[in-house]
Amino acid sequence: MSGMNRLVVSIARTHVLARLRQTLVGVFGVAIGVGFSVMMASIMEGSQDDFVRQLVDSLPHISVTDERREPPRQPADQAFDAAEIHGLTTKQLRPGIKNPYAIMAALEGWLPGAVAPSVQAKAVIRFAGRDTAASVTGIDPKREPDVSKLATQIRDGSLDALYKSSNAIILGSGLAKKAGARIGNSVVVTAGTGRTISATVVAISHAGVTQIDDNTSYVLIKTGQILAGQTGLVNELRVKAHDVMQARAVAARIEAETGYKATSWQEAHEDLLSAFQMRNFIMYTVVSAILMVASFGTYNIISTITHEKTRDIAIMKSLGFPSYVVRQIFVVESMMIGITGLLLGWLLGYLMSYGMAQIEFKSPFMDATHLPIIYAPAHYAIAGTVALIASVIAGFFPARKAAALQPVDIIRGAS
Amino acid sequence: MSALVEARGLRRVLGGEVPAILIDGIDMDVRRDEFLAITGPSGSGKSSLLYLLGLLDVPSAGEVTIDGRATSKLNEEARARLRLETLGFVFQFHFLLPEFSVLENVALPMRALGRLSDAAIAARSMDLLVSLGLGEHAHKRPEQMSGGQRQRVAIARALANDPKLVLADEPTGNLDTASSAQVLGILRAMCGPGSGKSVVVVTHDLGIAEQADRRLNIVDGKVSA
Repeated sequence: MSGMNRLVVSIARTHVLARLRQTLVGVFGVAIGVGFSVMMASIMEGSQDDFVRQLVDSLPHISVTDERREPPRQPADQAFDAAEIHGLTTKQLRPGIKNPYAIMAALEGWLPGAVAPSVQAKAVIRFAGRDTAASVTGIDPKREPDVSKLATQIRDGSLDALYKSSNAIILGSGLAKKAGARIGNSVVVTAGTGRTISATVVAISHAGVTQIDDNTSYVLIKTGQILAGQTGLVNELRVKAHDVMQARAVAARIEAETGYKATSWQEAHEDLLSAFQMRNFIMYTVVSAILMVASFGTYNIISTITHEKTRDIAIMKSLGFPSYVVRQIFVVESMMIGITGLLLGWLLGYLMSYGMAQIEFKSPFMDATHLPIIYAPAHYAIAGTVALIASVIAGFFPARKAAALQPVDIIRGAS
Repeated sequence: MSALVEARGLRRVLGGEVPAILIDGIDMDVRRDEFLAITGPSGSGKSSLLYLLGLLDVPSAGEVTIDGRATSKLNEEARARLRLETLGFVFQFHFLLPEFSVLENVALPMRALGRLSDAAIAARSMDLLVSLGLGEHAHKRPEQMSGGQRQRVAIARALANDPKLVLADEPTGNLDTASSAQVLGILRAMCGPGSGKSVVVVTHDLGIAEQADRRLNIVDGKVSA
């Protein structure tokens, strides 16, 4: 540090220490601003990440279904420039994915992840005279652990138990509760096609997301095909990508290669992610507002110091201190308040986040027991940077005013 | 040998609905090694002249040349630098920085100039204080000292960068007789043949003026015969 810089820091330090009470008010203002900003960001992003993680873990990262992004053109449309088509009837049965195992084999050649087949069907589960609507997913228990966390989400029983009975079924925890069924009970499953089977409950799964646990059940893929009334039907390929954030790009490639609609988890929950973006925007706006309010405290203190120090500024300038040095003195004072405040704020933010993480919490939608908090360096960096910039700006205006003082005006007035 | 300070056609007018003429066409010199007293009645413009000579104020017209260097075209930063290197100021009020010790106050111009090491600055500051009889007060705060002592500290600070010209504006205005005599004695002793220093004192005290090598009387912003 040069001699002048050391002098600037020395004068600035003397000024702020001479007004310790005012300085502490400013420091605590910045600290509280930074602390609450860090805590808010930790809670908001923590809850968001936790929600997204559970959502992503509960569903396939990519779902390849037997649909097309655009409806296929009719042969007459392809043959002629203009065609009028009458009397078309839609297919009664789902078309299914053609040659699903060949497609899976092709995907496994390049896919950064794993793929498993499934059959989706809507059904009503009857137990003890009570009907409960459910989504039935036919799965391959050998491949399923590669594409979902279902195996780890089984609370009672196991995934392999699907093989133990001719018609075995795993019920979501909420669904089992609604139906009143337990392991070992025999339930009647009636599919939308009208086909009915009697199935034995062999396990209860719990994803932690109410919407999934209340509606989903799992059977062997063959059982699913029976319910759908189509032997060999596979109407969904479930893909898990190694990098969950690459799901959108992988889905686009799958769709381009197979022609089937491939929906990434991001696309499936676009509205939710947009809501999170909006929520984050609001959060950072509020956080910035908190820090701006804190910076007004700093502005007030530096303004007061420059006002009180008018005579000192005049004498320094009369001695030959350049204006920019006078400006630096007050900006450095402001930075001292800002830096001390942000260091204290970081500590406060960490402690408050830690404290929040200890609070027990019950959500009707999730089964988290504590507030999910994330400790991200980015939160500390953003809050610190905004606080520091706000402090510099808060100090700059009074500093500029101080530097513009003409010493002769003050000296003439004093004498 | 040329004069240390030359002022030619110096004029200072304060703007406003009714412009006030503070200095009205003054030509004057400050010679090397001389003790010059500027006298005149209150409101005559003697302090305004001192501020113009000390580059604290900008003339409305005319030129101030210090040690051969014309100053009218200099920007504020260059004027500040010239003040720091060449001039020392003593005001009626001591204008010491209250949060700093006496030693730190004296060191301030040297630290701003940045030519000496920290150790050399501390040593020179202490030497100056000792030479003015303030060695034992070096670590006191200004408020712990008497008016005369504070003014001597202000003189030590004015001498810190070994200026060629010391400008004093009513330096004994707030002091008792004994302190006034002491301060005047110090100012008088610092200039003389071969000293390399000139002192300009603004005063309405004729006793001080009588001790000067030369006296310049100002009336209504003009040099009076």
